[in-house]
Amino acid sequence: MRIACPYCGERSLDEFIYSGDATVRRPDASAPTASEDYVKYVYERTNPPGMHRELWYHAAGCHAWLVVSRDISTHAISSVELAKDVALANNQAMKESA
Amino acid sequence: MASDHYSIFSVLREALRGHTGWKPAWRNATPQPDYDVVIIGGGGHGLATAFYLAKMYGITRVAVLEKGWIGGGNVGRNTTIVRSNYLLPGNIPFYELSMKLWEQLEQEINYNAMVSQRGVLNLYHSDAQRDAFARRGNAMRLHGVDAELLDQQAVRKMVPFLDFENGRFPIHGGLLQRRAGTVRHDAVAWGYARAADRLGVDIIQNCEVKGFRFEGGKAVGVETSRGFIGAKKIGMSVAGSSSRVAAMAGLKLPIESHVLQAFVTEAIKPFIDGVVTFGAGHFYISQSDKGGLVFGGDLDGYNSYAQRGNLPVVEDVCEGGMALMPRIGRVRVLRNWGGIMDMSMDGSPIIDHTPIPGLYLNAGWCYGGFKATPAAGVCFAHLIARDAPHETAKAYRLDRFATGHAIDEKGMGPQPNLH
Repeated sequence: MRIACPYCGERSLDEFIYSGDATVRRPDASAPTASEDYVKYVYERTNPPGMHRELWYHAAGCHAWLVVSRDISTHAISSVELAKDVALANNQAMKESA
Repeated sequence: MASDHYSIFSVLREALRGHTGWKPAWRNATPQPDYDVVIIGGGGHGLATAFYLAKMYGITRVAVLEKGWIGGGNVGRNTTIVRSNYLLPGNIPFYELSMKLWEQLEQEINYNAMVSQRGVLNLYHSDAQRDAFARRGNAMRLHGVDAELLDQQAVRKMVPFLDFENGRFPIHGGLLQRRAGTVRHDAVAWGYARAADRLGVDIIQNCEVKGFRFEGGKAVGVETSRGFIGAKKIGMSVAGSSSRVAAMAGLKLPIESHVLQAFVTEAIKPFIDGVVTFGAGHFYISQSDKGGLVFGGDLDGYNSYAQRGNLPVVEDVCEGGMALMPRIGRVRVLRNWGGIMDMSMDGSPIIDHTPIPGLYLNAGWCYGGFKATPAAGVCFAHLIARDAPHETAKAYRLDRFATGHAIDEKGMGPQPNLH
């Protein structure tokens, strides 16, 4: 398994640090259900057998945070995006839906 | 004495008649329409649970459903180490129960599981680590578990060939549990399968669970690749597949699946007596009775359902080995493989009810499931039979993360790849 960093190209796995599910969002701390929401956010995992969107940090490279789409059952990587671009696109989508 | 009882006499009898009288160790059962208890997962834990349900709790209308074959999962993929050198109160009594059950296992199941109490030696490499190990050893002894803190000289006597004067990680001593050791892992699966079968348990291989059936909010059976099987109670004991199976019941677990690799070398003459672990990295090694060095290290560190890992961890494990005992450098690795670990959020397991009546969960064993096999069997059987947790497994609750009662041996928090 090698990860193609958008800045550095295809690099060995030991340059990267894994940081888990990229799709979870920090819940609203002021919501009445905040304490249950936070238990789910911190401790529960979807852990799907197939496609997983996950955060990787290019620690021994350009220090970029990446969102990698990877099939957990085969380790096949289908896309690598900059986490910044993903976050900006999400914010844009939230603004448009609001 | 039953003719299928294994003993010196049965070996002699079969030797005299050309080994023509051995029977299959368990029946190839076909599924009945319903059972009192269905256990999903024919690994070590599932088979042990079925055995203790029948033996200790008198429930014999039990089926163990296995998607593949008995012994093909983690029970046949681990590095065979058994120990009870834990620190926290929620863990020590449980793992010590397991250690005691290992000590009498072969008589209990009438099967040679090659239980070998050859000792587990955890090395320390600094003053701070010595203090931490002394604390762990004291905690163990307070719970009645054996532990000895060794200085460098004592370790030199046991394993003289270690790199004691390593420039970066000199070996100062070790914490030794003499009663710990290794057990032939496949034999554990086969032995429990045979013993459970003899008590009337149906072991059904090549039977994949595809879903659950609920009536009035209660689990009443499972849909399988071999049809519907009804059950008064259902236990899930599926290790790395826990999230997948639980998702069929609409549950989301505090578990991530990760891959852990293990290695075995070509066979060499007797070299390492016990189990030795490196305290400055993550590397543990023992020698199988066939002569191969069996060793492993850290998780690969990313979610995985593939039973294979990647090369960076292979390199890391081998570096750990070379730092500890340089003389293994010329031994060739025969095989390496991966197993899927059900990593929980605090590194400790879950043996508990689920929110669904009739459905029970045994999961979150991280990479410590093998040593727990007998106690997990007893405690899960107790939970299913009595609907109450076993004395030693009360802390292994599913809701402990919500209530702030996590049992975090390593102090890593909810980062499963770091436990």
